[in-house]
Amino acid sequence: MSLVNFTTREITCKIVYYGPGRSGKTTNLHYVYGRVPETRRGRMVSLATQTDRTLFFDFLPIDLGQISGFSTRFQLYTVPGQVYYNATRRLVLQGADGVVFVGDSQARQLDENIESLQNLQSNLLEHGVDVRTMPLVMQYNKQDLPAELILTHDELDDSLNFRGVPSFPADALHGRGVFETLKGISELVLKKLAAGSPAV
Amino acid sequence: MTSSLNPRFSFETFVVGAANRLAVTAGRTVAENPGSAYNPLFIYSGSGLGKTHLLMAIGHAAKTIASQLNIEYLTLDEYVESFHAAIAAGQGDNFRRRFQNVDVLLVDDVQFLTNRKEMQAELLRLTEALQQSGHQIVLASDRPPAEIADLDERLISRFSGGLVVDMGIPDYETRVAILRRKAEERGTSFQPGVLETVAKIEHPNVRELMGALNRLIAFQAVSESPINAEAASKVLGIPRAATAASSTAASPTAASSTAASPDEFSQFLTDVTVTVGKAVEAWRARVAEAVLRWEGEGYRTGRLEKLLDQETPTAVDDAISAYVQDVERLKALEAEVAVLDPQAAGEKVFRDPDHMDEAEAAAAKVRDGAAPPPAPSAAFPLESYVAGPSNEVALSAARAVIAKPGKKYNPLVIVGRSGLGKTHLLNAVGLELAKKKNAVVACLSTQGFVDELIAAIDGNHVDWWRARYRRATALLLDDIQLLTGKERTQEELFNLFNQFLDADRQLVFTAPAHPNTLEGLEERIVSRLEGGLVTEIAEPDKELRRSVLERLLTQQRVPIEPALLDYLTDRPIDSVRSLTGVVQRVVEAAAAQDEPVTAGLARDVLEGAPAPAARGARRTAGFRTSGIVVSSAGGVRSREKMVWDWPAAADRVIEDLR
Repeated sequence: MSLVNFTTREITCKIVYYGPGRSGKTTNLHYVYGRVPETRRGRMVSLATQTDRTLFFDFLPIDLGQISGFSTRFQLYTVPGQVYYNATRRLVLQGADGVVFVGDSQARQLDENIESLQNLQSNLLEHGVDVRTMPLVMQYNKQDLPAELILTHDELDDSLNFRGVPSFPADALHGRGVFETLKGISELVLKKLAAGSPAV
Repeated sequence: MTSSLNPRFSFETFVVGAANRLAVTAGRTVAENPGSAYNPLFIYSGSGLGKTHLLMAIGHAAKTIASQLNIEYLTLDEYVESFHAAIAAGQGDNFRRRFQNVDVLLVDDVQFLTNRKEMQAELLRLTEALQQSGHQIVLASDRPPAEIADLDERLISRFSGGLVVDMGIPDYETRVAILRRKAEERGTSFQPGVLETVAKIEHPNVRELMGALNRLIAFQAVSESPINAEAASKVLGIPRAATAASSTAASPTAASSTAASPDEFSQFLTDVTVTVGKAVEAWRARVAEAVLRWEGEGYRTGRLEKLLDQETPTAVDDAISAYVQDVERLKALEAEVAVLDPQAAGEKVFRDPDHMDEAEAAAAKVRDGAAPPPAPSAAFPLESYVAGPSNEVALSAARAVIAKPGKKYNPLVIVGRSGLGKTHLLNAVGLELAKKKNAVVACLSTQGFVDELIAAIDGNHVDWWRARYRRATALLLDDIQLLTGKERTQEELFNLFNQFLDADRQLVFTAPAHPNTLEGLEERIVSRLEGGLVTEIAEPDKELRRSVLERLLTQQRVPIEPALLDYLTDRPIDSVRSLTGVVQRVVEAAAAQDEPVTAGLARDVLEGAPAPAARGARRTAGFRTSGIVVSSAGGVRSREKMVWDWPAAADRVIEDLR
C-alpha cells in the first residue's frame, strides 16, 4: 500500500498490534480510542467473543487532519492472538507499515511471547517481508501486575528484543505507555517513509 | 526561530512559595543585573513547576529595567534547529555571531542535550563567549546538569560554576495561593473549602493543578448553583479518603496517567506533525542533494531544479534516477568522444542532460569524422619484395616486427639510399601489420604527416588529428629526414613516439642515412630512433639485380633472353629504382622502334645517349626522397616515383647516368 501519496496528498499508516492472546492489544486500542477526540476517530470495529477475545480483528481509524498539507490517517489494527487464527493474522498483516508487538510481561507467558514473535516473523515472510525491514516496536504490557509475577523491562528486552528495537513498558489498562508506544512506532514508520521513495 | 516572550509569564503572576523562593530570587537578581550576578543561572525542576514561566519572567523583568537589551528566549530544540538550518545554509558563523550579541539568552529544555555532542560543543562555545562579553545566559532543565545523560564534563562544570537552583513541588499553602490567583484571573469564585480540597491533592506539578481547576470551573459553569467541596471531590474523581490521605505513595507516572490523559492525544499529534513535516520534506532534501552533486560535477541541473519548484512532484526518485541515467550516458559519450577528439569532449553539450539528443548528435558527428589514419599502400605487398644478400638483414628485421609488433624491434629504422626499396619494405610491413586483429596501421610519408598537421592547425582541430594517430596500433613514417626543421611536427611525433613505446605499439621509419647523421633532427627524436634497431639496405648486389630484372621483364612481358639479362645485370646500377627505369627505357625504345627487346637494342639505348650537364648539381641538393605520398585510398600518386610515367626524355637521361 502506498504510504505517502503525493498526488492525492495523503499519508496513510497501517499499524498492526501483534502479540500472543490476552496480551492487551485490544486494550491498547481501546485506550487510544478513549483519548482521541470524537471528531478525529472513526468507528472502532471490534469483533469479540463473549469472553472478550478478539475473534477477527479490531480496527481503529484515526484522522490526524492536515499535516504539512497532507491529509494524514492512522489505521490501527489488532490481530487475534490465539494460535488457531493464524490465517486472519496473516491477512491483517498484509500491507502493514509498522508492527507493535504487545508482549505479556508475566513470567509464565514468556514462551507464548516468543512463539508469537516467531509467528510474526514467518507471517511477514509469507508476504515477502523481512522482519528486519519492518518498523517494529515492543511493548511489555501488564507492568502494573505484582513484581513477583512479571519480568522487568530489562529481562524482557533480554529475552524478546534481540533486534534491539525501541521497547516500552506499559499498563494498557490504565494507559501508561500506550501513547508512548504509538508515538514510537509512528516515528519509525514515518522515518522509513522519509528514507524510502515516495510512492506515486 | 526564537519564541517570543509570553506576556502572561511575568514575576507578577508567579506564585512564590518555599519550594521556588530561591529560584525566583536568583531570577530577579539576574534580571536586575544581567551578566554580573549569577552567570550562568541554571534552573531545574520537574515538568510543570514553572521553569518556562520563570525564564520568561526574567526576560520581561530585564526588558522592563533596560529596554535596550537584546533578549532571546528559545528552547534547546529551537536552538538546535536554527543551528542546523544555519549550517545547511552556510551561515554558521552568522548564527554564532547572532547569539553572541544577545544580552540575555534564555534557553529552555536543556536536558535535550543528551547524546548531542556537537550541540554540547556549540553551547559550550556560546556560554564561554557570552560570559566573556558579560552577557547573561539562563538555562532551564528538568534535571540538574550532572544528571543530564552524556553531558560534557566541561559543560557540567561551566553550568555549575554559576548558580544551579531547583524548584520543588509547591506545598499546600502555595497550591492554595496558586489556585486562588488562577481562579481570580479567570473571574471565577468558589465556595470556601473548594480550592482547599483541590489543593489537598498532591499534584506532581502546577500544570495538573491547573487541569483540576479547569475542570471545576467548567463544571461550575454548567451547574445551577456553585459547587461545594464535596461536589468538587466528585468532579475530580477523588475518593474523600484520598483527599485526606497523603498520595505520596502513588507513583508519579500513575498520577500523570490520570491527570494528563486529555493531553495525550494532542501531544501525540504534535509529535507526529513534527515527524511528518520532516518526512514529506525529505524528498526536497534528496533533490537538493542531487542538484548539489551534479552541479558540482559540472552538469546542468535545470531539470532537477524544476522539481523543487513544484509543490508535490510525483515520483521524485524516478526523476532523479532518470537524470542520473542521462548523466551516465553523457559521461559514456564524452569518454568515447575524448578518444576521438579531446577538444570536442569538452563541449557543453556533454554536460546538459536536458538535451540528450544534441549530445548524441554531437557524438555521432565526431564518430563520423574520425577517419582512420592513412593506411599502407596496397601497391607494395611483401610477396613482391625481392630479397637478396643486400637487404636480407632489413627483411628479417621486418619479418620479426611483423611477427611480434612492438615487442622485438621498436622502433625499426630502415636506412638506405634512395631507390633501394625502403618504401616498399615499409609499406609491406604496414600491410602485414594491418592484417592483424583490431589493427589500425598509420603508414604515410613524413611529408604527408607534416601536411596533415599543418591542415589540422589551420582548421583548429589538432586534438582531433592527434587522437586519430593515437588510435593507431602502428605508425610507419617514410623519409623521416623530412622532419628537419619542422619543430612542431617533431614535438608531436615525440609525444606520439612515447605513447607508442609505452603501449608496445610498433613504430617503423625509413631514412636515407643513419639517424644520428641526419641534420636538423632533435636530439630526443634521434636518440629514440637509435634506441630501436637501425638496419641498412645496401646497394643491390648482382644476385638481387638479376632477380629484380627477371621480375620487371616478366611484368613487361618481355621474353627473357639470357644475353639481355646478363647485360642488364652487369650494368653499374646502384638502386632498384634505377633498374626499373632502365628496363622501362629499353622496353619503350623497343616499342618505338617496333623491335624485340634484345641485348643489342639495350646496349644501343643505354650506351648511345649523351650525358646531360646539370646532373651533378641536382644530386647534391640534398637527400633524395622516395617522395611517395600514399593517400588514404592506398594509391601511389608520385609521378617522380613512377619513372615509367615520366614524359620528358631529359629526365630519362638523368636516370641513365645515375
